[in-house]
Amino acid sequence: MKEFTPAPDSASIVSVTDRVKPVALGMAVTSAHFLGDRAAFVGGEENVAFVDAKGEITKVAVHSGGILSTASDGKRIVMGGDDGKVVSLDAKGEVTLLATDPKRRWIDAVALHADGAFAWSAGKTATVKSGKAEEKSLEVPSTVGGLAFAPKGLRLAIAHYNGVTLWFPNMEGSAEFLPWAGSHHAVTFSPDNKFLVTAMHEPALHGWRLADNRHMRMTGYPGRVRSMSWSAGGKGLATSGADTVIIWPFGSKDGPMGKEPAMLAPLQARVSVVACHPKNDILAAGYSDGTVLMVRLEDGAEILVRRNGTPPVAAIGWNAKGTLLAFADENGDGGLLEL
Amino acid sequence: MSEATSQKIPVTVLTGYLGAGKTTLLNRILSENHGKKYAVIVNEFGEIGIDNDLIIGADEEVFEMNNGCICCTVRGDLVRIMDGLMKRKGKFDAIIVETTGLADPAPVAQTFFVDEDVQKNARLDAVVTVADAKWLSDRLKDAPEAKNQIAFADVIVLNKTDLVSKGELAEVEARIRAINPYAKLHRTERCSVALADVLDRGAFDLDRILDIEPDFLEADDHDHDHDHHHGHDHHHHHDHGHGLKHYHDEDMQSLSLKTDKPLDPNMFMPWLQNLVQVEGGKILRSKGILAFHDDDDRYVFQGVHMMLEGNHQRKWKEGEPRESRLVFIGRELPEEAIRKGFESCIVS
Repeated sequence: MKEFTPAPDSASIVSVTDRVKPVALGMAVTSAHFLGDRAAFVGGEENVAFVDAKGEITKVAVHSGGILSTASDGKRIVMGGDDGKVVSLDAKGEVTLLATDPKRRWIDAVALHADGAFAWSAGKTATVKSGKAEEKSLEVPSTVGGLAFAPKGLRLAIAHYNGVTLWFPNMEGSAEFLPWAGSHHAVTFSPDNKFLVTAMHEPALHGWRLADNRHMRMTGYPGRVRSMSWSAGGKGLATSGADTVIIWPFGSKDGPMGKEPAMLAPLQARVSVVACHPKNDILAAGYSDGTVLMVRLEDGAEILVRRNGTPPVAAIGWNAKGTLLAFADENGDGGLLEL
Repeated sequence: MSEATSQKIPVTVLTGYLGAGKTTLLNRILSENHGKKYAVIVNEFGEIGIDNDLIIGADEEVFEMNNGCICCTVRGDLVRIMDGLMKRKGKFDAIIVETTGLADPAPVAQTFFVDEDVQKNARLDAVVTVADAKWLSDRLKDAPEAKNQIAFADVIVLNKTDLVSKGELAEVEARIRAINPYAKLHRTERCSVALADVLDRGAFDLDRILDIEPDFLEADDHDHDHDHHHGHDHHHHHDHGHGLKHYHDEDMQSLSLKTDKPLDPNMFMPWLQNLVQVEGGKILRSKGILAFHDDDDRYVFQGVHMMLEGNHQRKWKEGEPRESRLVFIGRELPEEAIRKGFESCIVS
């Protein structure tokens, strides 16, 4: 195993690796969340593994196949599977079947609204279920790449080929199309509801300022952006895809238009996943060589959480208070860190 | 084969015009006692009788890459499906992608060249085209898709040979060879072909370019497949070179180039790259084995439209003739310009 090489400008990196409680999940992991005081690691297929403060692992079966999409609000995790089912898992470990695609198609994307509404997609169709209201569906011109609810009102962004469709499910004929050539995958609203950003199939992000639909191209990545996370307060969007964490500034009314992103925590490895702290200007970043760092946004100061030498880090999550950090690599070896 | 290559999941692309027998071949592959598990990607979900655990419906969404190159298209649905399938690694050994009869194989193949994540996990093994011996000649006249599928193929399963006379069979084979003389051709009834002839071909593996194609780039392609169903046809091997009618397909051709003099890599590489940049829309497939000046290693390359990949393969063997050979299969190829350009790369 190679020794961790600190960034050139940090004379000695602070390490908290000895305070991490190691977790061996024994399954491929794709995302990490917290439900109550337990970490919940979503597997590549079939199971979610709860890990409590003592490091005890409890696996819960959620799908009878691959788990393709995940969203969490801290109270529950909603997942879509290749079994055509949308399920939710709560803090007690109870699984609820939310929907089944009539043709058992793959559930490619899911999204969760703060008020409890949820959405999923299969093929070209996005469906929203809000409270006791009937399910409402919208078909877009090509397969849905990603879904996101706006922070205000019941409005859904549906990313697809050549753009994003914005839709108020409760308003007939409200679908608005934001065009941009190319294939759009993950989509996210800025927390202040002013910007919409997609991760594209090519290594780039695309953004729209929603007030006037002005375009923002965010390019220069060596690899596809698979992970995006808004900083506390939504002033920056941290992203994977390069050998540093790329953070685009969204604090001003123009967003990142004409501005350079911040580039923090450079390593000789690709950033594979990012997760911003829910309250402070700190983020955790996982790399393709297994390294996990905590990074202060203000000055880029780094703290080593996990050394390199393993498969890529696949999942990182914070609890709502920001006192616990959970992470795991693709093979399911991870850890819990209490701050 | 390198270790990295062998760990990648092989993907076989199954094409063929409507009614040629793709599904028959697919079911044949799946039902044989090979002990392997396949993930099968089909174009219409649940409507075709395929007996397999892992069947995924695809929408055949062809996406242009956002790089200004109009022939650089990928299958967006495949990118998504591959992503999902990789969550179930270990549950299957290989992937078969069945396309619709009207599909162009290029976007499928290009998906495996262009997409970083797909490339990391999977490798294109071969494009297998099923053709109907009775109707192919007609389809080549009226359906450009059928012609594309023949031109693109690494393996052609010429099916329903029992429904045509010997003369008709010779005719359809000649038409196939006019378009693509390099693919392995198997004559079958009800797609009865040995699995080894369609799977694990390594047709896109640079290291195996020669191993799998002993007749590679030779103008007279011999079919060394001694198919016992057709033992009576055994003069065929000789016919290929001489007796067979030579067709010239008006818009789809292959072009082979050869020299025993060394090539100048500083001339050749820019020429090749420029050629596929400018004419990549017309060039469906390209392959080559190259002997460079002052270079003891053999260089191999292959390409799909504008996408090229190449590498030094191995040392030239003692006594092995250091020849450079290239082949292009494409539509309305500018033959004279290509020949002239190639010749200008020869070290005189």
